[in-house]
This record gives sequence, structure tokens and C-alpha cells, in this order.
Amino acid sequence: MLANNKTSPFLVGYRLYVAAFFIFLAAPLISAGAFAFNDSLFPALPWQGFTLDWFFSDTEPKLGMFHDRRLLQGLYYSFVIAIFVAMLSVFVGTTNAFLFVRGEFPAKNFFYILMVLPLVIPGVILGISILVLASDTANYLEDTLDLELEFLRPGIVLVVLGQFSFIATITSLVITARLKKFDATMEEAAFNLGASRARVLRTITLPFLRPAMIAAGIVGFLVSFENFNTTLFLVGSEAPLTITMYDRMAKIGSTPVLNAVSFFLMVGSGLLALLTVVVQRDKSAQ
Amino acid sequence: MHSKDIKKLSLILLFSPFALWILLLIILPHIGMVVLSLKEKVAPRVYQYSFANYLDFLHEPIYWNTLLRTGSMSLLVTALALLIGFPIAYYIAKIAGPRARGGLFLLCLIPLWVSDLIRSYGWILLLRETGVISNFLLWTGMTGEPIEFLYNDAAVIIGLVYTVILFMIVPLVSTLDGMDNSMIEAGYNLGGNGFTVLRRIIIPYAMPGIVAGCIVTFMLSAGSYLTPILLGGKNSSWFTEQIYNQFITRFNWEGGAAFGMLLLLFTSLVIWLGLKLSGQTLANTVAKS
Repeated sequence: MLANNKTSPFLVGYRLYVAAFFIFLAAPLISAGAFAFNDSLFPALPWQGFTLDWFFSDTEPKLGMFHDRRLLQGLYYSFVIAIFVAMLSVFVGTTNAFLFVRGEFPAKNFFYILMVLPLVIPGVILGISILVLASDTANYLEDTLDLELEFLRPGIVLVVLGQFSFIATITSLVITARLKKFDATMEEAAFNLGASRARVLRTITLPFLRPAMIAAGIVGFLVSFENFNTTLFLVGSEAPLTITMYDRMAKIGSTPVLNAVSFFLMVGSGLLALLTVVVQRDKSAQ
Repeated sequence: MHSKDIKKLSLILLFSPFALWILLLIILPHIGMVVLSLKEKVAPRVYQYSFANYLDFLHEPIYWNTLLRTGSMSLLVTALALLIGFPIAYYIAKIAGPRARGGLFLLCLIPLWVSDLIRSYGWILLLRETGVISNFLLWTGMTGEPIEFLYNDAAVIIGLVYTVILFMIVPLVSTLDGMDNSMIEAGYNLGGNGFTVLRRIIIPYAMPGIVAGCIVTFMLSAGSYLTPILLGGKNSSWFTEQIYNQFITRFNWEGGAAFGMLLLLFTSLVIWLGLKLSGQTLANTVAKS
């Protein structure tokens, strides 16, 4: 092994390097979170004492995040968008998993590569290409049929579609990996016992996939929640949280209320991430 | 015959969501973008097809310099992420005990759950003139006055490496995890030293993971928007910023579409070269991780 001796200087150095790496990983997150509790108008040292004002205060200049209407609105829109993206992506991810694991059709490898492709297209490009197509279609329909389709203009629907366009790849990969591990004899046994196709799907195959579907849904939800690049080009007047925060940063500069939001989001996604681990762990117990 | 029909029907039912998704959200939008990028505005609401938008790009050094700069800095970020990330992945997969392994892997994933914006914001608070590091140096007396670490290329590279390194570590851990320890031992038994074993056994085995990590890392870095702008400031000169300017600030969609195509072609070219040079394919690298 690359270091069998537990006390060799090489291994000690290696451990120190690993520790330094994790400090590097944690440092910006800690600084983003910690200044939410500093009783100061600026997210900077020196430490002025502990406060929860940046969460709960209802008066300027220390308007807390739970009284900041625009931030709350952003949070709401992000939530709505993420729910739709997660549901759509899990649905398409599941049908894709069955398609590529069970289906037999020509040029399967080619289609599989097409499915993976959205992951290697920069998010900015996905955003502008969908914006261009939607606007072209909307303009065309308006000019020829005098039809005004509001949902093809930048707004929530386009944001959902834009995010879905690559998150569906992630959920497909997660659910496909799970379906590949499925033992087909379980289904055969059920068929032999006289169960119908629908019943086998409902009582055997889908329950087996459920942990992966839930995990994929949570991943999709989180990736949607934190997406910026694709959303930036498709956003209308209903700005999700990342866009609202970016606006705030660009216009007012850094303010501790942004740290409060950061802390809130970190705790929220941390809990969700923990949930995926718990759900996935069920898998190994089964 | 009856069951054959059912099979066919279910195949069509399964294929249609996939086809709708890929066709409407990936293929058609990209065709639309290519068409738009080939249009030239000759009068208000009058367009003709030409390569004018691409020629604009070639004639204006600032544009192609920005693309080259984005590409070369992204390659640097990819190389740094591999150099920094490989030992970490190796530690997690091969050296850490079975219990520490899961924990360390999860720790690696934590920044993944936080948006780009918050990560960059955290770095701003650390690196700026009134930031934590500058204050710390003042306090220890290592410097007499505040230092600005922000708004330079080094800050952009640190921020980007931070953002993308997880996508390097995750595929590396999963390939290294599948490697049999006896292969490494055999290498030592045959008289290889640590370096030979690394070069002749471990790296070739980990190649699919390395390539997968590099592709995703490079793509994310070249396509990133927030990190270069927030950490590099006004002069970050990232190509995505040019695309945004064309689209949103100057409302020149034709030019923006051409720039988008150029970024896509450029990143695809680099990825294709990487796959050719390493003898890997997209299906056995990115799709696996």
C-alpha cells in the first residue's frame, strides 16, 4: 500500500493535507453562515456580539429575512419551481430508466448518449437556447395566428423547463442505476403467482425503485433551488431566491441579511441531503 | 402476438417522454440558436443569412481573447482540481477506514448542497479588504495595513477550483473504490516503488474517473458565470459574461447566439480532444459517475 506504516512521516503529512483540504472546503461556508449572527451592519470582523436580528427583526436598518418581502417572495418562487422541476424530472427519469434498462430498440447507445448530453452543455447555453426557441415560437404564433402565449415568454414556466432540461439527466442516471440492480426473478415469481402487469409494477418494481426515486427527487429539488446560470436568462418578473440575492448583492452590496438567508439555505439543504442518505441507507438494509 | 403488441405499446409510451424532452428542450433549441446566430440585421425587422456575427467575433480581439482566456483558465482550474483532488479521493477510497470513508465522502459533498452564489459570497467575505483573512493578518501583525485579495485572477481560480473540485473527487472515489487492493500490492511485490505503482497501475485504472472528472470540471468552469464575476470583479473577462452582455444589455440576440455557439463548439472541441487523447468515450466516463 501507499503507506502501510501508521506513523510514517509520509502518512502524517498526508493526513495533514487531507485536514487542510477540509478546512478549505468549510471556510467560505462558515464565513457565509457565521456573520448572520454578528450584531453589526456589515458582514465583517470585528465580532460585535450575538444577535438573531438578521432573521427576525422587523425594523430597518436591520430588517430580518423573515420580514423582507422580496426575499420571502424569492423563497416562495424558488420553492414552487423546485417542486415542479423535481416532480417532472423524477417522472421522466423513471420512464427513461425503464426505457434504457428494459427496452430493446435500435440505436440504443446513441440515444443513451443523447440522454447524458445535457449534463455536458454549459447551463448558460441551455438557458439562451431555450429562450431563443420559446421567443421565436411565441413571435411566430403572434404574427401568423394572432395568438399570444404568455407562458413562452420569460417566466416561471420557462425557468421550470430550462432547469428540467438538465436535471432530468441527473434523475435518469440515479434511477437507472437502481433499476439495473433489480432482480428480475422477483417479477417472474409474481407473474407465476398470477399477478397482472400493472399489479407487479405497483407492488414490486416501483417499491424497489422508491428509495432511488425519492433521492433523485431531493437531488433535483436542491439542484433546481440553487441553479443560477440557466435561470438567469429565463427569469421573468417572478424572480427565484438566487436571482433576488444576486440583485441585492449587486445593488446594495453585502449585507448580513444575505448571510441569514445563506445560513437558512445551508441548514435546509443539509437536512434534505441527510434525508437522501437515510432513504438510500434503507436500500442496503433491504 | 398479443403480448408483442403490449411490448411495442409500452416501448412507445416509455420513449415519448424521452423524445419530447430531448427534442423540445435540447435539439430544437440548439437548432434555433444556430439559425439565429446566422442571421444579420440589415434594417429594422429585416434579416438576411450571413456569417456576420461570427466575423464580428474574429474581428474584435477582445472577444476571442476572452474566449481563449476563459479556455486556458478553465484548463488550469481543471489541472489544479485534479492535482488537489486526486490525493483526497485516494485517501477516501483506499486509506481511510471503512467507517471514516462514508463520513469523509459526505463531508466532500456538503458544498454541493449550497448554491454557487453562497459559496462565492463566502469567499468574498474571506478575501476582501475588510475580510476575515486580511483582518487576521492585521491582528497577527504580519501586515501593517489591510490587503485586498479579491478582484484578481488568483481569486477567480481559487473560487472556481472550490466550486468544481467535488465533481472531480466524486467520480475518482467511485472508480478507485472499485479497484482491488491486491493490484497495488502486486505492483509493490514486483519491485515497483510508490511512484511506479501510481503511474503504471493506479492512474491507468482510474483513467475513466479522471477523464469524467476533467470533462465535468472543465465544462462547469468554462460555463460558470457567477464565480468569475463576483470574485474577479469588473475585469474578470469571462466569456459567459460576453454572452450575457450581448443578450441582456445590448439586446443583440443574434450576436449572443453566435457567442453561445462558439462557447459550445469550443468546450465540445476540448472535451473531444480530451476523450481522444485518453482513449475514453463519453458513455464509459461521464455516464458512469
